[in-house]
Amino acid sequence: MPILNKPIIFDRNNFGNGFEKGIKGRPIDIVLEIRESGLKGRGGAGFPTGTKWMLAATAVSPKKYVICNADEGEPGTFKDRLLLTEYTDELLQGMILCGYAIGAKEGYIYLRGEYEYMLSHINGVINKFHEEGKLGKGIFGKNFDFDISVRLGSGAYVCGEESALIESLEGHRGEPRNRPPYPVNTGYMGYPTVVNNVETLVSVPIIINKGAEWFRNIGTEKSRGTKLLSISGDVERPGIYEVPFGTKIIDMLEMVRAKDTKAVQIGGASGICIPEEELHRNLSFEDVPTGGSIIVFNKSRDMLKILKNFMEFFTEESCGQCTPCRVGNKKLLDGVNMIEQGKCSVKYLRELIDLGRTMQVSSKCGLGQSSPNPFITIMTHFGDEILAEHY
Amino acid sequence: MLASEVSALNEEIQELVQTLGNGRQALMPILQHIQRKHGYISAHAQQEVARLLKIHPVEVDGVVTFYAFFRKGRRAKYNIRLCQTISCDLMNKDGIAKTFERELGIKFGEVTKDEKYSLEFISCLGMCDQGPAMLINNEVYTNLTPRKVVDILNSLK
Amino acid sequence: MTDSSFSTRIPTAQQSIKIDKGSAHEIGGLVDIEINGKQFQVPFGTYILDACKQFDFHIPTLCYHDDLCIAGVCRVCVVEVEGMRTLQSACTYPITNSIKIKTTSEKVRKSRRHIIDLLLSDHYGECYSCVRNNNCELQSLAKEHGVDFYRFGHVQNPHYEVDNSSYSVVRDMNKCVLCRRCVRTCIDLQEVGCLEALNRGYETKITTFMDKPLAEVICINCGQCINRCPTGALRANDPSDAIWDAIDNPKKHVVIQTAPSPRAAIGEEFGLAPGRSLTRELNTALRMIGFDRVFDTNFTADLTIMEEGTELLLRLKSALVDKDPNVKLPQFTSCSPGWVKFIEHFYPDYLDYLSTAKSPQQMFGAVLKTFYAQETGVDPADIVTVAVMPCSAKKFECNRPEMNDSGFKDVDYGLTTRELAQMIKEAGINLPDLPKTGFDEPFGEASGAGLIFGATGGVMEAALRTAYELVTGREVPFENLNITPCRGMDGVKEASIKLENVKPEWSFLEGIDLKFMIAHGTANAKIVMDRLVAGELNDVHFIEIMGCPGGCIGGGGQPIPTSSEIRAARAKAIYDEDAGLPLRKSHENQHVNYLYQKFLTEGPCSHLSHKLLHTHYTKRGSYIA
Repeated sequence: MPILNKPIIFDRNNFGNGFEKGIKGRPIDIVLEIRESGLKGRGGAGFPTGTKWMLAATAVSPKKYVICNADEGEPGTFKDRLLLTEYTDELLQGMILCGYAIGAKEGYIYLRGEYEYMLSHINGVINKFHEEGKLGKGIFGKNFDFDISVRLGSGAYVCGEESALIESLEGHRGEPRNRPPYPVNTGYMGYPTVVNNVETLVSVPIIINKGAEWFRNIGTEKSRGTKLLSISGDVERPGIYEVPFGTKIIDMLEMVRAKDTKAVQIGGASGICIPEEELHRNLSFEDVPTGGSIIVFNKSRDMLKILKNFMEFFTEESCGQCTPCRVGNKKLLDGVNMIEQGKCSVKYLRELIDLGRTMQVSSKCGLGQSSPNPFITIMTHFGDEILAEHY
Repeated sequence: MLASEVSALNEEIQELVQTLGNGRQALMPILQHIQRKHGYISAHAQQEVARLLKIHPVEVDGVVTFYAFFRKGRRAKYNIRLCQTISCDLMNKDGIAKTFERELGIKFGEVTKDEKYSLEFISCLGMCDQGPAMLINNEVYTNLTPRKVVDILNSLK
Repeated sequence: MTDSSFSTRIPTAQQSIKIDKGSAHEIGGLVDIEINGKQFQVPFGTYILDACKQFDFHIPTLCYHDDLCIAGVCRVCVVEVEGMRTLQSACTYPITNSIKIKTTSEKVRKSRRHIIDLLLSDHYGECYSCVRNNNCELQSLAKEHGVDFYRFGHVQNPHYEVDNSSYSVVRDMNKCVLCRRCVRTCIDLQEVGCLEALNRGYETKITTFMDKPLAEVICINCGQCINRCPTGALRANDPSDAIWDAIDNPKKHVVIQTAPSPRAAIGEEFGLAPGRSLTRELNTALRMIGFDRVFDTNFTADLTIMEEGTELLLRLKSALVDKDPNVKLPQFTSCSPGWVKFIEHFYPDYLDYLSTAKSPQQMFGAVLKTFYAQETGVDPADIVTVAVMPCSAKKFECNRPEMNDSGFKDVDYGLTTRELAQMIKEAGINLPDLPKTGFDEPFGEASGAGLIFGATGGVMEAALRTAYELVTGREVPFENLNITPCRGMDGVKEASIKLENVKPEWSFLEGIDLKFMIAHGTANAKIVMDRLVAGELNDVHFIEIMGCPGGCIGGGGQPIPTSSEIRAARAKAIYDEDAGLPLRKSHENQHVNYLYQKFLTEGPCSHLSHKLLHTHYTKRGSYIA
């Protein structure tokens, strides 16, 4: 399963010897290079990777950890599937570079339970790294030890949230923690921990090889580089694509040969729904941010049915800890069912949209803060159509 | 459970704790092993794990019931879990679900009388470009059609 | 390995950083903050909630509780921090830099209102038929925020079955708002671990291992979860209807004993500030309600001291003189039924360390249906014994099958402070206004030593007052008999008292440092037990353990709310009452001596007292079948 268009950053010609170069240099240079590149977290939230690493690097602690968040669970996302199988070497290199940069000796890959079939492959590559002296003691003859092990999830979307992931690693229910403190300060087992998305980590050896300057020249001012997109739904060629940040949604649709598009869900279930009239907007942290999930709907689709699917997902996948998310998502789902039965007044619908806004600001973690997004955007753009159909 | 089964299970869990560690961070891997081997994590297994990790049994139960892949009761020989999330939904998940229900004579959430098949829905499997997708036990099946479903069921018999 | 050594859970999901207030100043000094446009300074690391409290800005809370680690799950306390996209929960947010906080902006008000509406929508709130009506935090929140309709609907029919299986605690999950205070109480505060959140998402439910009835799991009945539940989801199993029936039945002779802790706290149920004992007003009220006799549990507390103190001296003699290798020391107190069930579950191999003496409640029951029946000529079958206790575990205790030594059920009903207050209110009595009256004969007034059983360290202090004097012939060498090392709210206290110039019959104790320990709350009991298991307590002689934080005054049947300040105030009321009594030592209680002269004629720890006043324990273990 390759990248279906011509890869830009993830072109194999770009890999070179970034890994060796990084380890042979000073740790701080890696942090500075990554910071200079403007790389932001690819999981969706977009926190500057260099800043995260700098915080972890400067923390004084007897232990530090690097965690690769491979709990790709956002509906419509599958790009990590590709990276974990085809770019495994680069992923491990990225983790080792991060460990070297921040002063960690241990790394974990938190692999979603659904990807268990990849386990033997990844462990094989880890063993190969050990044999090649790229993992273990005294890597590249340096006074630097690093080890990586893979840990599996067991089917919980919320564990993609970094602090829930850490809770899960520690053997608890995957319930997000209160922040502050952030994981870079108090993470796995209470030690400073960097949690990065697979795509972020794979980018690292490439940036070290090609230089921050090269990377900065791709993308937009606040969104450097490219984004891997997992595109599914009503398109002729679903699959994984790499596009520079700033790409217009409409151009992307053309690339995958989408026809008769009614709306595009960007960022998965927790993302926003873009209607036809806004397809000229672009994919970037400035405009429409995304973790890479793109789901396309054509004109035959019933938007209420789609929304119902999303809300069922969140009602089940909320960790159940905080009130706005646990009960709020259920109320939004009930609202969808009421609309379906023609029992929801416009007044109550407005009340629910308002509730969605409360959930966005008062939920404990990113899941609850983003779960009302599809409700709000679909009801804003397609509310009239939906109500007209269900009265 | 027979006494011999109990002691075999205890021994197995003790070995798991020896290899995976006796800290709480070993809880998930231990439970995953038990789930994989037995298809479920019994009340006894939960208490034995709790005892060896020095945590409360109810905390193990809290973890087991939090994660969708852990189950507390015996499971059918073939546990069929169909992805119900959006992309698969768009690709006729409902049709696939109806096929299963018709062929097996049970509804989703139920188990066949001979305990051979159980039907469940599951959240996104990350196979959105090849939907509809499902897991039978831990194996992934993609691009399902009603016809393919019938073939797969026949191959399981 | 024992099945008892649980590691302390690190509930990081429900915890924020704890910065020690003493050292905070050194780390970051003072931080300038702004609350609602006004400037203040707080030490680095102060939580927004604490800062707001300090400067009198009210912030509503629900999942927050002073006694518990922070959860941040209800989100009712959200505030706006300038520059942040989302609202922050005030209880979890440590102030580490100069921030501007708004506690009443439109965004905040609207969010809180929505959150309360959501909680109400999921709560089976039939307020007028709820035990917590008018003392419910959810109800108060709704009132405070002007809720006048169910914005998001509300539960019409309960969907969980009420768990009535336990003698002590009733669980009605239809009223649960998932604040998890009970979970934090059960797992972290008490280290019992029988409640936890199961499932996830909207299906999340607070329940027991495998969702079993409470009576079938390792609940110790301490009721601390009840004290911290903001709603009526957890309540005590209330026997007051049966008690009313007994009172109404002319054939029944209904007697009641009152423990000191309920008397020190019941005023709170009538609007008084914590810290005023209403012992004698309560006697009047109980007679008005229709109880035939009113007795003081302190009488059997004094009796307990005689039995348990004698038992300790006998054990010491066996160990020191007879060199009996089987004698178990240190001896542990056994008057707290929560603690007893804790050790039965988690340290079943150590039951021999417990004193065999029954608790004062059970001793009284046995004495009432034997000695008292004899003295008064009332048929014991017609005697109904009620015990007013600060405790939910006492309900379980009086239903133990072994507690029938009088030939009848020794104590028929354990009634909590809250339930008694309810009965008094139902009778139309305003307790604080009543005249004072004394206790009935033949048990009369008891000593201050029995009284202080109510606070952690009290049993030890009472025992020392008697044992020291018995052995040396002199009073304990503390000013006004106040043995200060026994007092205070430290989790585990350790001290010793030297026995010198002892009486000839106690010569084997000459020069011995009598070492004792005191712990309250089962989490602290666990610390002590783990040290015992590790063999670190071989030189300790006597250990007092109370199952509840603060001792009985913090019991699971006491008025709600509870906090360390409230518990301290109740303890003070008890110590003050003791200080004002003419009689301060158990062995000087003439009614106790009368009992030994007339009835238990062979003295403490004799055959008859063993039959009536001592008991045995059950190796329960912690395996849940």
